[in-house]
Amino acid sequence: MTRLRDWLIAAIVLASGRGKHPMTRAPKPRIVAAGEPDRRAENVVLILFLLATVAGAAFIVVYALDRLSHQTQWLGLAIGSAFALLALASTVIAHHLVVTEEIVEPYPRESPDAQEEIEQIVAESGSRFTRKRLVTVAGAGALGTLGAALLVPAASLGPLLHTGGLYRTAWRRGRRLVDEGGQPLAADAIEEGTFYTAYPEGADRELVGSPIVVVRLPPAEIRDRKDWAARGIVAYSKICTHAGCAVALYRKPTFAPTQPRPALVCPCHYSTFDPAAGGAVLFGPAGRPLPQLPLEVDGAGHLRAAGTFSGPVGPSWWGVRMGKARS
Amino acid sequence: MRAVVKLLTVLVLVLLVPSAAAAKDRRGAALFAANCSSCHGLNGQGVPTSTPGANGVDGQGPPLRGVGARAADFYLRTGYMPLANPHDQPSRKHVVFTEQEIRSLIRYVASLGNGPPIPTPRPGSISAGRQLFTDHCAGCHQAIAQGGYVTGARVPPLTDATDRQIAEAVRIGPYLMPRFSTKAITPAQLNDIVAYVDYAKHPDDRGGWAIGHLGPWPEGAVTWLLAAAALVGICTLLGRRLRA
Repeated sequence: MTRLRDWLIAAIVLASGRGKHPMTRAPKPRIVAAGEPDRRAENVVLILFLLATVAGAAFIVVYALDRLSHQTQWLGLAIGSAFALLALASTVIAHHLVVTEEIVEPYPRESPDAQEEIEQIVAESGSRFTRKRLVTVAGAGALGTLGAALLVPAASLGPLLHTGGLYRTAWRRGRRLVDEGGQPLAADAIEEGTFYTAYPEGADRELVGSPIVVVRLPPAEIRDRKDWAARGIVAYSKICTHAGCAVALYRKPTFAPTQPRPALVCPCHYSTFDPAAGGAVLFGPAGRPLPQLPLEVDGAGHLRAAGTFSGPVGPSWWGVRMGKARS
Repeated sequence: MRAVVKLLTVLVLVLLVPSAAAAKDRRGAALFAANCSSCHGLNGQGVPTSTPGANGVDGQGPPLRGVGARAADFYLRTGYMPLANPHDQPSRKHVVFTEQEIRSLIRYVASLGNGPPIPTPRPGSISAGRQLFTDHCAGCHQAIAQGGYVTGARVPPLTDATDRQIAEAVRIGPYLMPRFSTKAITPAQLNDIVAYVDYAKHPDDRGGWAIGHLGPWPEGAVTWLLAAAALVGICTLLGRRLRA
């Protein structure tokens, strides 16, 4: 209640005091010289402000209407012209309405005495230190450690010490290949001219080492690791060795003599691998071949892994070329 | 009298119809010999190694026995064939044959061997098609079927492809494209993909100007680029005036 009363009194005092001139004071001497009034420039500025207001309002109207064709463009036009008109108005104000004057301020002359004095002050301020070098080393150590602490999270960008897990995959000798639906892949169902994605039976498909791409080539065309293919069927890791994208393209010539040879291609940066030559890089930024998985056909005609990958799976990291794949 | 006329008419028809069919076959064979045989062989047996053919073209091409009406319909109606240089990638061109000539050629190529017929796509689901297109096609043809590049080939945009041509291409795998069996993409899934590609020809562009049909992002990026260039220009002008 008391607060309300105080507010009321304040409002009455304000209202009764309105319009009354404050106490007249002696005019202060001008700092900036009086300028000529420029009514034309003032009018221009007023018109520009008015137009800017209209443009701003137009934005609100267009936004609220929400059924114009090309609404995005109209919105952009409205808000853009509002900004442009305001900028124009400010330019006119700066050029024609604000009193300007040129003042030259002399640059202070260099004084060697003052400089020496500062150096002396700095040197003398340190007189309380008895072991300056030790303190300097300690300070440098603290700052250096802080810098290192800021840099250490960069280690999360890639494994540095514990890379063993990167060589292990779910693939091992005798493991069956299954398709997206979990059905085992039959060797006879694999056709030439197309590609298949397969996973290790009963393993986590989300692991980088799990998905493989399977293609069939004429057995005579396979140049490297002929014994890794089963009836012309070869399998490679589906993860590109460059940046870890899925190798989702299979380039297959309709007529081999006049067209580029078959290749597995990564759509991210066009790394191109030769399925007939152990996944060798034909083109693109990948630095090492696509890891190959040896295949065999079991008694039931299903495809099985005949071992582990020819190299570490997935994008490259420090020291990737030092190890062989393990399982 | 009337009976005799009837009998004569029937006789004439019986004699004429096979000869008309034979004439059509002959036209197909003649067209094939004139336009296709330098690369595909006189009887469609293919030309495995480069040999000088008609019109000075060094012919070399795959056999057409068993490709069926499906492949002939696709390659002729897209203008992919005839190809001037067998080492070029076939691309969508003006179709040089008349409708009748195309039909004769398709019939002739289909008669070379036992091949698949021309497919007829049916209505499918756009959303399922989008999923399938992303899985199987978008790697090369891009998410909204605008085409692009793979190493060694241009990937055509699908804006001009008819429903039938899409259904044919998935099964044929023209040039470097892999072909997809009915096991990899079922006929029902193929209908869905066709539905999505049809949608992708005229997508619902949310970003105003359809720069790449990728939504509002490219439009905004282009705007920022233009704005940055304009700002640099203004700064240069102001600087020049201040120095003057």
